[in-house]
Amino acid sequence: MSNPVFPAQPRHPGSEASGGNLPVGEEPSQPSGEQVGQRLLLPSPTPDEAKLLAAAQSGDHLAFARIYSQHKRRIYSLCLRMVGNVAEAEDLTQEAFLQLHRKIATFRGDSAFSTWLHRLAINVVLMHLRKKNLSLVSLDEAMEPSPDEGPGRSFGAADLNLAGSIDRLALEHAVADLPAGYRLIFILHDIEGYEHNEIASMLDCSIGNSKSQLHKARLKLRDALCAYPRQEERR
Amino acid sequence: MIDCPETLSCEQFQSQLPELIGSGAVLAEHAHLRHCELCKALLADLEAIAEAARQLLPIVDPPEELWEQIESAIKGERESSDKT
Repeated sequence: MSNPVFPAQPRHPGSEASGGNLPVGEEPSQPSGEQVGQRLLLPSPTPDEAKLLAAAQSGDHLAFARIYSQHKRRIYSLCLRMVGNVAEAEDLTQEAFLQLHRKIATFRGDSAFSTWLHRLAINVVLMHLRKKNLSLVSLDEAMEPSPDEGPGRSFGAADLNLAGSIDRLALEHAVADLPAGYRLIFILHDIEGYEHNEIASMLDCSIGNSKSQLHKARLKLRDALCAYPRQEERR
Repeated sequence: MIDCPETLSCEQFQSQLPELIGSGAVLAEHAHLRHCELCKALLADLEAIAEAARQLLPIVDPPEELWEQIESAIKGERESSDKT
């Protein structure tokens, strides 16, 4: 019997979240790795992918345009979810792809290309948040929010019974209010459907750290949702 | 801390939750949850949040003109590097 809500293999980005209607030139992504023990086996890119990447690395502008087309939705959506503002998300997406253009020749295939690109985009977003003087200095600090930012302890908390009563808007606000590190993990895992091993690779942290941060994020969201008036109370 | 039946306290069980949830184990069958309504409710809340998250913020395309802006910026960078 599987666990449908906390699956061992979360649904993958580009499947349900995209509604299955990908535009021409955009392909659903494939899992970027298979974990065996603590070792990550990287999938080999298809010959077409490898050819496209090699062409872009050698300066082929059309190849780079195709790579943009394949990855733009995921990168833009990540930026939008992290900053919650369309104009900022567009700027960050542009910056991420400009950085990709500058650095693509340095990609050596040590990780899946999509993971590498996501990490690049995450760093662009985190740098942006740092410039905005949000409580964030580096990816490491994003992964280790200060103790006072942690979720409340749950031992002995009352039955909050959120099932069936979660207000979408309340959840969106609660996610937006999460410290950046928690928000990042929650978005990557629960919203975008990445697996912990992929997140660990993207954020250069341990799988255990990813699981722990996700759990803290959910606890913090639970705290926030409980403080949010229920629908019937707002009427 | 509340004492719960079975061998684990709530604190101990909850400290194991990140790993248990991440493993994909069927938690409803966990010995602690058979007798602890408190932790069962906590888990139900966390499941509800994870489930609700799937409906949040759908993946969207950036505006078409964004590529034109990127192309233009790439061109600008190329021209300025050619000059130097």
